[in-house]
Amino acid sequence: MTRRSWIGWQFTGPFLAVFTLVFLAPIAYSVYLSVFRTRLVGGTTFVGLENYTKALSDPQFWEALGRVSLFLVVQVPIMLGLALLVALAIDSGRLHGAGFFRIAIFLPYAVPAVVAAVMWGFLYGTRFGLVGNINEALGVTLPDPLSPDLILASIGNIVTWEFVGYNMLILYSGLRVVDTALYEAAAIDGAGQFRIVRSIKLPALRGPLVVATVFSIIGSFQLFNEPQILDTLAPNSITTYFTPNIYAYQLSFAGQQINYSATIALIMGVATTVVAYLFQRRSMRGIS
Amino acid sequence: MRKQPRSITLTVVTGVMLVYTLLPLVWLAISATKTQQDLLGTFGLWFSGDFALFDNISRTFAYQDGIFGRWLLNTLLYVVAGAGGATMLAALAGYGLAKFDFAGRRVVFAVILGGIAIPGTALAVPTFLMFAKLGLTDTPWAIIIPSLVSPFGLYLMWTYATDAVPNEILESARVDGAGEFRTFFKLALPLLAPGLVTVLLFNLVWTWNNFFLPLIMLKDPDLYPLTLGLYQWSEQATTVGGDVVYDLVITGSLLTIIPLIVAFLLLQRFWQSGLTTGSVKQ
Repeated sequence: MTRRSWIGWQFTGPFLAVFTLVFLAPIAYSVYLSVFRTRLVGGTTFVGLENYTKALSDPQFWEALGRVSLFLVVQVPIMLGLALLVALAIDSGRLHGAGFFRIAIFLPYAVPAVVAAVMWGFLYGTRFGLVGNINEALGVTLPDPLSPDLILASIGNIVTWEFVGYNMLILYSGLRVVDTALYEAAAIDGAGQFRIVRSIKLPALRGPLVVATVFSIIGSFQLFNEPQILDTLAPNSITTYFTPNIYAYQLSFAGQQINYSATIALIMGVATTVVAYLFQRRSMRGIS
Repeated sequence: MRKQPRSITLTVVTGVMLVYTLLPLVWLAISATKTQQDLLGTFGLWFSGDFALFDNISRTFAYQDGIFGRWLLNTLLYVVAGAGGATMLAALAGYGLAKFDFAGRRVVFAVILGGIAIPGTALAVPTFLMFAKLGLTDTPWAIIIPSLVSPFGLYLMWTYATDAVPNEILESARVDGAGEFRTFFKLALPLLAPGLVTVLLFNLVWTWNNFFLPLIMLKDPDLYPLTLGLYQWSEQATTVGGDVVYDLVITGSLLTIIPLIVAFLLLQRFWQSGLTTGSVKQ
């Protein structure tokens, strides 16, 4: 090995060592765990793919997967749509106090999920919370946001609140790098604001939108914090298999089924990566 | 570009979004000034008679023999060691990948790009199972070690280092006989500062707000970070016979978010320019 080569490894080595320990090794260990079964009586036995076939015919797993998929197709478009509108508004140069808008709408990103869920959990409260205040003031009975029927929508709102500003910033950064000469040329040609948005800005945002969507796919499939925390406020609405991650967590901790838990985590990891990858492939087709 | 005329209508419409994002934070700030009785008994978005903020803060720090202060120190430890370490490792590796054409570089790069696609949360349960086997659970290492790696941070540092550090300076430093690590710390690191601050801030948010990992790794409340501690207090309030401390949960929540919000406001210039750099490459 040349001296230059050795120095390159010295720079990347520390990162790689930790990366191996916390990325590659856990995956390998989970694969190992997933092909065994541990019982109190009888010990550990090799079962091949049995845990995988069990997972694929497990109604609780499918229910959890169905729920996060529904979350993905409803919440993500709403959140990204709002983020897009705000990014376009700020970038248009027609807002009073655009800088304040940008930072204020981004702020929730700095709020931990625990605090976000606690705050919204209180606001949702029909007895003490804001919903309760409204009920009292107007003499109405709003539906309970923490009831089993509405809990997923309520979680969707919390997640939207947390991440709309972050996504707005990704899209806004994408708009900042558009060559302003294009706008001037368009203006000379008599193009209005909406025409400029449609013909110049939206095409320029394709890449950033894909990035934002990929992050959101990952976030949806891996949903854990918000429902887990709301469980303390709405124990009847959050089941032990509410999302695949909650299911894997419950299997490990309450159920002591670590082999099956590792299998669920692996399947979801692979599913998330594959969906995110396929989405990226499809949507970037035709772009150099 | 010519300056656009400001539009009141657009400002008001976008203002709806502003109200949505700020409303819960305003509620939190107001609620932290209330006694528990008023918290549950008065209108949420306005102040009540007694201004109890300072009393709430001192009780938050005094409750359970001052465990909140302990959680704050734990969080600081995890953030300094985890986020600080992650940023340093990402800077070293990103620079190494950008500026040295070494054998195996392509493989390393492919593996790490794959790492970006693997969601951190998907690894939480597997990492817990492995750390349990290694006897690392319920120690600070269980939180710090997984926080040390940020593939996305590395990616950002790599793109940033490629452009921000001209090869010419490195060459002339080599001609002068400076060692590679000395060159990195003296010459390259200052040039990497905006990218570094961006990566640091995002690592900071991630470690400060981390919940899933501490939840599964830690049993001993003395090791909890703030997020997990607040969760425990909130859970305790709904447990039969548990001490109901919503006022402390609310005040503790406010104290938890203030440092990060201040950091974001103060470092605005850095992370906003850093993010734009990242998006050019994407």
